[in-house]
This record gives sequence, C-alpha cells and structure tokens, in this order.
Amino acid sequence: MGLEEAKAFVDDWVQREGAGRDQLLPLLHAVQDEIGYIDDTLIPAIAAALNLSRADVHGVLTFYHDYRRQPAGRHIVKLCRAESCQARGGAVIEAAAAERLGVAMGETRRDGQVTLEPVYCLGLCAIGPNALVDGRPVARIDATTLDRIAIEIAA
Amino acid sequence: MTRVFISRDMASVALGADDLARAFADAGCEVVRTGSRGLFSIEPLVEVETAEGRIGYGPVGPGDVRAILDGTHPNRLGDVAALPFFAAQQRFTFARCGIVDPLSLADYAAHGGWTGLDIARSAEPQAVVDTVKASGLRGRGGAGFPTGIKWQTVLDAPGQKEGRGPKYIVCNADEGDSGTFADRMLMEGDPFCLIEGMAIAAHAVGAAHGYIYIRSEYPYAIRTMRDAIALSAGRIAPFTLEVRAGAGAYVCGEETALLDSIEGKRGQVRAKPPLPALAGLFGKPTVINNVLSLAAVPFILSEGAEAYATVGFGRSRGTMPVQLAGNVKHGGLFEVGFGITLGELVNDIGGGTASGRPVRAVQVGGPLGAYFPPSMFDLPFDYEAFTAAGGLIGHAGITVFDDSVDMAHMARFAMEFCAVESCGKCTPCRIGSTRGVEIVDRIIAARGHAVVPAQAGAMGGAQGGYLGKALYSRAPDRIDVSLGAQTALLRDLCDTMKYGSLCALGGFTPYPVLSALDYFPEDFGAPASVTEAAE
Repeated sequence: MGLEEAKAFVDDWVQREGAGRDQLLPLLHAVQDEIGYIDDTLIPAIAAALNLSRADVHGVLTFYHDYRRQPAGRHIVKLCRAESCQARGGAVIEAAAAERLGVAMGETRRDGQVTLEPVYCLGLCAIGPNALVDGRPVARIDATTLDRIAIEIAA
Repeated sequence: MTRVFISRDMASVALGADDLARAFADAGCEVVRTGSRGLFSIEPLVEVETAEGRIGYGPVGPGDVRAILDGTHPNRLGDVAALPFFAAQQRFTFARCGIVDPLSLADYAAHGGWTGLDIARSAEPQAVVDTVKASGLRGRGGAGFPTGIKWQTVLDAPGQKEGRGPKYIVCNADEGDSGTFADRMLMEGDPFCLIEGMAIAAHAVGAAHGYIYIRSEYPYAIRTMRDAIALSAGRIAPFTLEVRAGAGAYVCGEETALLDSIEGKRGQVRAKPPLPALAGLFGKPTVINNVLSLAAVPFILSEGAEAYATVGFGRSRGTMPVQLAGNVKHGGLFEVGFGITLGELVNDIGGGTASGRPVRAVQVGGPLGAYFPPSMFDLPFDYEAFTAAGGLIGHAGITVFDDSVDMAHMARFAMEFCAVESCGKCTPCRIGSTRGVEIVDRIIAARGHAVVPAQAGAMGGAQGGYLGKALYSRAPDRIDVSLGAQTALLRDLCDTMKYGSLCALGGFTPYPVLSALDYFPEDFGAPASVTEAAE
C-alpha cells in the first residue's frame, strides 16, 4: 500500500471511529492490521488526524511491543518465553525453533518468509511450551511440532 | 441427532478442539462449543449428551469419533463434574464455565444469569455497595484491596448528578502474569458473567460507560467479549461497554498505566494519590477492578453476601480460582475457598510434576511472585499468610518447576523481564532491572558450574537492542566480581527497587529474586542451607 492510500485509510478510519486522543491505540492497531506495520512516514498523517504532535505519536508507537515499524515476514511465529513455558522446557524449544526455522529470536528470516518473536504468556500455561503461529495457538511444542510449523511456514 | 459439547477455549483449540469439533460435525452430530472445564490433562474433551446426562471422553482426537459415539472408547470419563478434580472445587465464579455456550443468552439466563443484576437494580446503590462490602470480596488482581471500599469511594465521589461529569467502570483484563489464565478462561467461557458484574458495579456507583482492557495476546477473549457485549447490549442498557485491546505492554496490568493506555498514551504508571477512584480514567471517578473481582459480584448479589463470606480463611473471604501451571501433571483451573495449602494444591490436586521428577520450586503470583520450596508447602492460601512468608498470591497462578530448574537463571529472568517491561518512569525499576541482570550474570559466572545465560542478548535483539546496549555499559574492571560482593550488591539493589519503585513491577521484582536467593542459595554458589525467611 502506498503512502497516499495509507493516509486515506487513516482518514477514513478516523471519520468512522472518531478523532479523540483515546483512539490512538485502536488506530495504530487498525493500521497494522491493514498494512502489516506502521511506517514512520505515516506518523505525520496519524498525528494530524488525531490532533496530536508527531512526537506524541512516536512515543506511543515505540512504547508498545506490538507495534511494528518494519514489515514482518509472511508468517509470524510468536513463541512464549515466560516462566510457565520455561518450566516445561521452553528454553530448549526456543533454541530449537530458532535453528529449525532458520531465524534468530526477534528477527525476520532473510527471505522474508518468517518472523520469530518472543511473547510473554499466551495464557495456556499448563500445556506449554506454546506459540501463536499466524494467530493460531499451538501447545505442547516439541521437535515434531516444530517440523510441522517449519513445513507450514515454507508455504 | 446426538448433541456433543466441545470447548472453544483458546487452550482447547491449541490442543486440537477445532479438529475434533469438525470431525463430530462431519459425523452428523450437533456440536455445541462451550468454554473449557479447566482440566487440561483430559483435553481435547468431548461430552456426549445421553439419557444419563453428559458423558465425557478425553483426551480424544478426530479419529476417535466412532468409538466415542458407540460408547466403547477407553478414555471414557463418565460425568466430568464428578471427577475428583472438579468434585473438590467450590465453583462460585466459574459455575457455568465449560457447561454453557458462552454466547447463548438463553443458556446464561437458564443457568442463573442476570439474577444478580436484577436484584442490584431493584436496590439502592448504597445497598449494593454494602452487600459487596459484607461479602468480604477483595481485589483478585493481586493487591487484595477490599472491593466494596473502592466502590464506596467512587459512589461518594461527585458525578453527573452533581454536575461533575461521568464516572467509569474499567475492567482490568490485562492478565500478563505467566501461570495465570483464569481471566482468559472466564472471558472466553462465560463472558456474560463479567458483563453482568460490570453492570452491577455501574449501578452501584452511578456509572454509564465501561471499558474492558484485554491484552492483545488474548485474541479469542477479545473476540468473544466483543460478541457478548453486542448480544447483551439490550440487557445491560442504559449501561454501555466497549473492549479496548492492549498492545503488548505488561506494565499496563498496573491500574494507572492501564488507564493511561485507554486514554491513548504510553502506558506509564501514575503517581498515587490521586486514587483512580477519585481521579481515574479521563480524570473522572473510576472503578477499576480485575476480571475475577467483577465476575464474583453476580454470585454475591444473587446468593447473598453471607453465602460468599462463609467460605474462606481469615480475612480472605470467598473463593479463589487457582491456576495450576507450568510443569504440573494435572494443570488447570481449580476454584476453591481460601485456606487450602500450597502443598495440597501442587501435590494432591496437581499431582506433582508433569515430567515425573521431584518438585523443586513453585512460583506463586506470576513474574513478580516469590519462589517457594516444597518445605513451605504447608502455607495456607491466604493474602496475609503469603505476605508474611515474603510472597504474594497475586492472581493466584502457581507455576511448578521440577528439579532441573536453575534458580539463578530464573532470578536473572525476573530482572530481565522487568527491564524489558519497565515503563521507564521511575529509576529503580528502569535502571535497577538492567543492573540486576548484570549482577546475576556475574554471580552465574563466578559460581563455578557456569550455565551460560542462554538468552543473553536475545531479548535485546528482540527489543530493538536497547537492553543489549544497556547491559554492561559500566566499566567492569572497577567492580568487585566476587560472589560475596555481588550477592550483597544484589540484595542492596533489591532493597532499593522494593522501596523506591513507583509500582509493583519494580517493587515486586525483588520477590522472585530474593526468594530464589534465600531458598535456593546453592544455585548462587553459596552453601545449601535454609537461611532466614525471605524478608
């Protein structure tokens, strides 16, 4: 999506949902859902639409872990690193996942096929280690599950 | 047509409930999607409606459909509610979860729904607040503050009637603690219960609008709550509700940070006073309660404060939905009156570890909760008892670890997590946590049997590298890196964080660190001996 289209999306959204300052997080979510990430060049348009300063928008955008400022891979694997998954062998799975998927934690693979991200708890704490693969929850991850995920993200 | 019940809870789906539901639908059954019963060792679970009631089978997969419908499958459980795990519970808040279709208004009404709201609305607001006070209900989010007192403050604050603008009800559903999932299960399994609780709160304090702030890691709960709000809008009118999705900041579980986040700001902690009850969301008087606090209210109104308050222990009244998590054989949700011991929960109910190895430690209350060794398993589940033991109940998640755990590594993780999630407003938390990671790393390096911190730098990379850059930024050659000096420094730092931080993130991170140090000194290179209590 080009910048002009993205700006139009922002304006339409604000028309529909309102231009209060409390709409900033919902708007950033909407932009990310639509475009995949929030490009820095879009910040002035977001700021203008909600009558905020660019610094203010930048501050909020960079505060929250969810918001991306660069495009992610075609597939996103969010692997839980929190205590309950660690208690069930999460650290070993984390290392294995990085190796099996060919990408370091927190990075996007060079071919743009997959992004591996840490997440701190998906609330599936008795059946870990857990991940969200393109939004789908996966539990009790072991080597076999990782193989399945690797095949899935090759597509 | 045979009716079968299969959970649509995110955990059940993660274990394959969707495939199972599809297989039963393909076999010509009417599939009702419920919430989760809350015992994950029997999931995926299917319950078949028969003349003798619902008969459960689990764990089962899509290939088992024929044997289940024949009644010949070996994993036949019979009446699920009669299983020891469920029979031993006192389900006040979770009475409907796993039984009803979460988005069926008819199911909700048929199982006692809306009774509490009708009773509340036929009474004066003060009478409702008095009932909640009499129940002894305390904040289930962790702090344990009496809910009725909070409501009284908001009720007494000038509002619209006095020409001073609106009041708000805010539900804290930013359940970020690892080892906890009760909020998620309730929102996915019985969303109308939370909505009813919020509507009662609104009537009690004179609020017209409410927000449910749900963390983005819970996409299923967000969807279910939004659907449930749309379905029940007419029933709770003129009260209105909306869901706000979080954006991956753990600190937004802190109530004032959560309010700032709803207002569209960085989720930074506010200094108190003023209390949110007087100047909360948009500066207006605000009731902000945890999911479980609000969801306990319909029961209190419909069954009476006395029915709730007779259960419990000491000043902790009513039930607590305890969550058994981590390396535990029978993990799940166990709602029970306060006073049950930690050992009963972990060993008798949970069945020990999933790995079959001995339990070495349990962390109660999430990333900010203390680690307890099995020698403290006679501790009763009670706010005061846990505080006295140097820990906290928090959101009542219990994460079990077996003997393969390295407690120095867990102490490092506690500091690392605080560094990643700190909102940055106060120095002890923002800087202290980073220095804490460094100190634990030095202890790990000095203790001899060095386990290389597996994720050193990994998180830094994930977070744009700021933690990676911040670590070891002080000249290491001027530091006494001996075990004794570093351990003393760690205690000193924990003291500063505990008493100098603005909120519980920096203030409670010392709990897991100090408890690990006190109860598991051998992992920090010190001789194994039980030293003084965590304080």
